[in-house]
Amino acid sequence: MSTILLIEQLLNGLQFGVMLFLMAAGLTLIFGVMGLINLAHGSLYMVGAFAAAGVAGLTGSFALALIASLAAAAMFGALIELTVIRRLYKRDHLDQVLATFALILVFSEGTRWAFGSFPLFLNIPDMLSGTVMLPGGIEYSLYRLTIIGIGLLVAAGLFLLISKTRVGMRIRAGENDREMISALGVDISVLYTLVFALGAALAGLSGALVGAIQSVEVGMGEPVLILAFVVIVIGGIGSIKGALAGAILVGVTDTMGRTLLPVIFGSFMDPSAATSVGSALASMLIYILMAGVLVFKPTGLFGEA
Amino acid sequence: MTFKGIVKLGCGALGTAAAVMALATAAISEGHGGDVKIGMITTLTGGGAGLGIDIRDGFMLAVEQSGKDNIEVFVEDDQRKPEIAVQLADKLIQSEQVDIMTGIVWSNLALAVIPSATAQGKIYISPNAGPTQLAGKGCHANYFNVAWQNDNLHEAAGAYTNSAGLSNTFILAPNYPAGQDALTGFKRMYEGELAGEIYTKLGQTDYAAEIAQIRASGADSVFFFLPGGMGISFLKQYADSGIDLPVVGPAFSFDQGILQAVGEAALGVKNTSQWSKDIDNAANAAFVETFEAKYGRLPSLYASQGFDAANLIISAMGKADISDQDAFRAALLEADFDSVRGDFEFGNNQHPIQDIYVREVIQEGDIFTNKIVSTGLSDHQDIYAAECAL
Repeated sequence: MSTILLIEQLLNGLQFGVMLFLMAAGLTLIFGVMGLINLAHGSLYMVGAFAAAGVAGLTGSFALALIASLAAAAMFGALIELTVIRRLYKRDHLDQVLATFALILVFSEGTRWAFGSFPLFLNIPDMLSGTVMLPGGIEYSLYRLTIIGIGLLVAAGLFLLISKTRVGMRIRAGENDREMISALGVDISVLYTLVFALGAALAGLSGALVGAIQSVEVGMGEPVLILAFVVIVIGGIGSIKGALAGAILVGVTDTMGRTLLPVIFGSFMDPSAATSVGSALASMLIYILMAGVLVFKPTGLFGEA
Repeated sequence: MTFKGIVKLGCGALGTAAAVMALATAAISEGHGGDVKIGMITTLTGGGAGLGIDIRDGFMLAVEQSGKDNIEVFVEDDQRKPEIAVQLADKLIQSEQVDIMTGIVWSNLALAVIPSATAQGKIYISPNAGPTQLAGKGCHANYFNVAWQNDNLHEAAGAYTNSAGLSNTFILAPNYPAGQDALTGFKRMYEGELAGEIYTKLGQTDYAAEIAQIRASGADSVFFFLPGGMGISFLKQYADSGIDLPVVGPAFSFDQGILQAVGEAALGVKNTSQWSKDIDNAANAAFVETFEAKYGRLPSLYASQGFDAANLIISAMGKADISDQDAFRAALLEADFDSVRGDFEFGNNQHPIQDIYVREVIQEGDIFTNKIVSTGLSDHQDIYAAECAL
């Protein structure tokens, strides 16, 4: 295994992590501020991807497609917050899980009704297709580099939003003591809708970015949702910093596991068996990681007790 | 609530709620009560739904065209989950008391359902999954596969790779029964060296790590088996990676249902299939035309298999009564129907003996589709037939 390949795999892990961060950031923000478990977050990811594929198909513009994904996901996010989610804040987590699971079904069947059962076409824009040569002779996909860039920009933007702005101050206050902040005259329900729409928009953006290199199909959100939950548990629920650290940890662990474990097993096993055992273990690796983190830090890496 | 509790709650709820949904799914009943009850369990929602929908639509088209009003079909959605498929099978066998079962797309689901269904005296006609375990020692008088044994298309791909002069191939497939059968089948026929061999996770959508390994391996070609959305993801990412090695695969990743989503990235790829829309016979021409007229899209390989499965059952119904199971099985084994793939007969293990073609992805107007370029393997039978005691 050459160094170049290892570095390329690290970049792949980073890119995977950044994608997970976009999903996990919204999820953890919504849980942190509203105390809500939102299983329908994966559906908002799907909404983003379908909106992007639809708009790209009509206009041919990837930039418009990204804007459409943000707008559509934020709009649907705000819509479900106003109609369904806001009735759930005071309810038990089990009620939240049940209601948001119902939303998954509504979104999936609604999308199937509107777009059909077959995957949609969404391609990488010409400007970003192909590869670039990185220093050290690493040939890497320009689009994946762009995803890393966008993800890190969003992360920086979120940090600034939360730590430097008035809205961010209210979000942090809402996390700590929601009675007090509403007693101080802040309209908490508007704040909640805003946070929910923000989280939804991030999920939608993530869906659109990924949709260009994967398949845009009904049900694409649920596998990512499970990973996003793993990420926020590892990072500490409610912490944006934790979501970033957790996402990159999960992304790199998963990618490196897939690459290295079969090689390691191959050193003492027959190649066919090694790939089979190695890849089986690799798919468990992030859950082992999660279990390990929870043993030593039961509230996650950046979670507060 | 603790953090662990929340995750457990979330994951548990996803599982149970899905199970409850499956139980609540209403059976779509066609026709009005009659002599043959068919239970179809297939994938109609979630990832891979396009495959099950094509099988169902092809099957229903044949039932409709037969004009028979004594066929009742119960259609159920397994959501690609083995545990749900098992529950649905129990329901169909015990509550609906179906005579024949069919429909399953995925080999892991097939292995969960078929042995128990055949042991309970039901006839199972597989329109897709053909796992090794059910073709050799595990063959059963009540189990018929009208599509292929899992290895078949991959064997043809191996043979094609040799004939194309490629000798250092990188192979990959998902880590589940059909994925293992795929690589085994390919290696059985392929004579060159392997530049690498990878099993990916079933349902994986990001292949950056695998593509990096292909790039570093010095391979001269790539063989992959990634059905449904997995194949779309892989091909798009492969096309964007700048690797310019020829790709060979079975038809599953180059099928009508997904080619439009892959787009130009698939043009020119050689793939192996027992069916193509340009196979020249009257049954196929009529099938392609009527399918397109009814559903507004071109049929896929899966639709052709669903269509053949229904026609097989209908042909047996003309010769024997379902209440006489021995006679009905004998009638099925004769395979006296006009298969859309032309020549078709069953081997001793009740799996097909058939030609497998090499197809190339082409563009016809705005539509991406396949055309046959050569016959890969003629009258091909799976290797496991010899181990079957039937």
